Amino acid sequence: MKNALNANALPQPIHTDGRFRWLGEFLDELQKRGATVEERPAVTLAPARLVHAAREDWGRCAQTASLNGCRWAGVWAEDRGDTLLLTACLEKRGDYLLLRTSLPAEAPEVPSQTSYYPAADRPERHTRDLFGVHFTGRIDTRRWLRHQAWREEQYPLQKSFPVMGTPPAETAPDVDYPFLHAHGKSVYEIPVGPVHAGIIEPGHFRFQAVGETVLNLEERLGYVHKGIEKIAEGRTADGLARLAGRVSGDTTVAHAWAACMAMERAAGVEIPSRALALRALFAERERIVNHLWDIGGVCNDVAFTFAYQQFGRLRELWLRNNGRWFGHRLLMDCVVPGGVATDIAAEAASEMLKEAGALRGELEELFGILENNGSLQDRLVTAGALTPQVALALGCLGYVGRASGIAYDLRRDAPYAPYDKLTVSVPCLVQGDVAARVKVRVEEIRVAIDLLERLLIDLPQGAIRVPWTAPAPGAEGLGLVEGWRGEILSFVRFAESGRIDRYYPRDPSVMNWPALEKLILNNIVPDFPVCNKSINGSYSGHDL
Amino acid sequence: MAWLLAILETLLFIGGAPLLAGWIKWLKCHLQNRKAPSLLQPYRNLFKLFGKQPVIAQHASWLFDAAPYVVFAATVLAATIVPLIAVHLPASAMADVIVLVGFFALARFFLVLAGMDIGTAFGGMGSSREMTISSLAEPAMLMAVFTLAMSASTTNLSTAIDFILDNGLVLRPSFIFALVALAMVAVAENGRIPVDNPATHLELTMIHEAMILEYSGRWLALIEWAGQIRLMVYAVLIANIFFPWGIAETSHFEALAFGGLAIFLKLALLAVALAVSETVIAKMRVFRYQEYLGFAYLLSLLGMLSHIILEAGS
Repeated sequence: MKNALNANALPQPIHTDGRFRWLGEFLDELQKRGATVEERPAVTLAPARLVHAAREDWGRCAQTASLNGCRWAGVWAEDRGDTLLLTACLEKRGDYLLLRTSLPAEAPEVPSQTSYYPAADRPERHTRDLFGVHFTGRIDTRRWLRHQAWREEQYPLQKSFPVMGTPPAETAPDVDYPFLHAHGKSVYEIPVGPVHAGIIEPGHFRFQAVGETVLNLEERLGYVHKGIEKIAEGRTADGLARLAGRVSGDTTVAHAWAACMAMERAAGVEIPSRALALRALFAERERIVNHLWDIGGVCNDVAFTFAYQQFGRLRELWLRNNGRWFGHRLLMDCVVPGGVATDIAAEAASEMLKEAGALRGELEELFGILENNGSLQDRLVTAGALTPQVALALGCLGYVGRASGIAYDLRRDAPYAPYDKLTVSVPCLVQGDVAARVKVRVEEIRVAIDLLERLLIDLPQGAIRVPWTAPAPGAEGLGLVEGWRGEILSFVRFAESGRIDRYYPRDPSVMNWPALEKLILNNIVPDFPVCNKSINGSYSGHDL
Repeated sequence: MAWLLAILETLLFIGGAPLLAGWIKWLKCHLQNRKAPSLLQPYRNLFKLFGKQPVIAQHASWLFDAAPYVVFAATVLAATIVPLIAVHLPASAMADVIVLVGFFALARFFLVLAGMDIGTAFGGMGSSREMTISSLAEPAMLMAVFTLAMSASTTNLSTAIDFILDNGLVLRPSFIFALVALAMVAVAENGRIPVDNPATHLELTMIHEAMILEYSGRWLALIEWAGQIRLMVYAVLIANIFFPWGIAETSHFEALAFGGLAIFLKLALLAVALAVSETVIAKMRVFRYQEYLGFAYLLSLLGMLSHIILEAGS
């Protein structure tokens, strides 16, 4: 655990001036390869930039981007009547590029990007199941989100599909999903879930194992598909913020912030600096409480109950203070379009400073116990190692990426207010095992407490909310927030009279779930729970 | 009279085992800074389970129904062999420690079969792990027992305890080795941390719990109760073989009362040791079991060697 100390010194901050230096070269190269691309002005999408591509060049764009070292960050479609708009998000050095193409609604066919970006696999299947976009050149053509709740030829996110859908009286069990099979005398299959022995979210895991060694793991998610994207349509800005806060209950602040950021950028609404500081304060509180719970959870999964109880106690105290100061333990609905809903009183601010100091003291003692417990470290070190190469190929985010050598943090590398005025240090390790993911979380708690104190000390005075003004129909915005799991991407487009036309939140779990399938290989079956906990992907945020 | 006492002892085992489990739970809760449930909670749980209708899987055979009774009966029979508050009781004269190991093996055999009977992945997984562990634990346990047997020249527990009482407090290296080995085996055989976690909800890490995942109602109660009795048998074994002082050698009331008090305190103290060790260590990786149990075997072997080298001549 010694190298945790100089972890902060490892990654150098990416320069923040001179953005998009790589873009010109990238577009030139695309044109050299015969692709038809052109940059279109998109003021409200800033700081991202928008490039339109011909649909037959969709795959070629991904290929070039991949060769240029861009990270693939998501894909979503929009039903625009006669056409379907397909947008993919790429990132390089903290610059976000939106790649867009339009497809005819009657035959929405487009080359797949999965061969160049494995991370695109499930999002493309998600888009196919919900919009009917046919991605050509895919190897895996199985359904993903569609279990049996709607028929194969139905596409719920098309505007013609009724919000209530046409649900069958009884949803048929999804029994014929073609899982990958392994054959051989000593290979056996372990189906786990979607109903588990503990109270956790539903997800199915299909193991192929030889003895106790995992040969292959296949995830089957989608059990908590709630139709977030569909029910977002037609909402007001306030309604969308409330919905965004429920995309994943443990990330309510960051998702609401990302959605509000997207809406505010689309509408050109400027947020008062006190509101920004409070949003960051909420986000850091959310980060701390979730990391506390996760570290405790990892310890519990290897039967080190002492740490689980201690971290659970600290988490509970933190949540109670949330409830006392802000009216909600998880800080739900505290972030609203135009600012924040709850202010912080002067005495609460000084109390909070004391609370942060007290937590730091308790944590240092606990972290010492974790680091010096041989039996615990024996379980965590080398378990579930994710190599930097795989993490990079999958575009892993947050602590999963940072434990495997990807030192990316929006707060530092593409800073948004108020982080543009703060110094955020980003811990980064390369071992990629469960121990590294715990260690990164430990460091992140330390950093978050520092940020919390800085925010409290320099808390600006003034209003906490400005009146909301609805943007013009068709206005779109992109919200990018570093949630506690990593980068959250939120796309919003407005329709008439300030109603929402399209909302797509991309939780970091979308990028991190596939990593679990890879890091478990050659580990033993009983180590799966602790590996899973160290990733802790959100089922709800993934299934939408 | 002696038979009456033997029956009373067995009843004490059956009735006292949940209390021991409750005491361990209470200690662990307090070591983790939690509020503990009442010491009587295990009794309430058993009572609750006995009142519930068991749910049986469609594919269950007669084996699944029979296993809980076999497991419970075999464990109770094992308990009759072990002297609790008094030695020289007829039940322990009839059978020796090898029979004790045999009863546990019988119970395990049926539990393992029942785990595989339903055909779920978890049951099979738990069964295979249980057999792996027991195949390593049983030799270690027998070896530890043989070390004692070589000193006492008997495999009968009652006689062995007599021998130790007669010799008084003598420091025997072989006994220390055997004690540590037996304690390690006891932890493994009872599915305690670091080998198994009795409190886990994670199916994939389970061993004992995975085998009995499909049990419910009174069958689950029988199996859990048997598990508590087994834990107490091991604890009494350790307490009375290595620290037999206080056990009643006559059937006078005072001697018996003192014997009862002595074993009560010994078990309470052993539970403290178990609770502390379970609090400070995490569960080990599955493939460390062989090292752990191999080490236990090695210790018993060393015990035996040290007996031959250091003690045999005297």
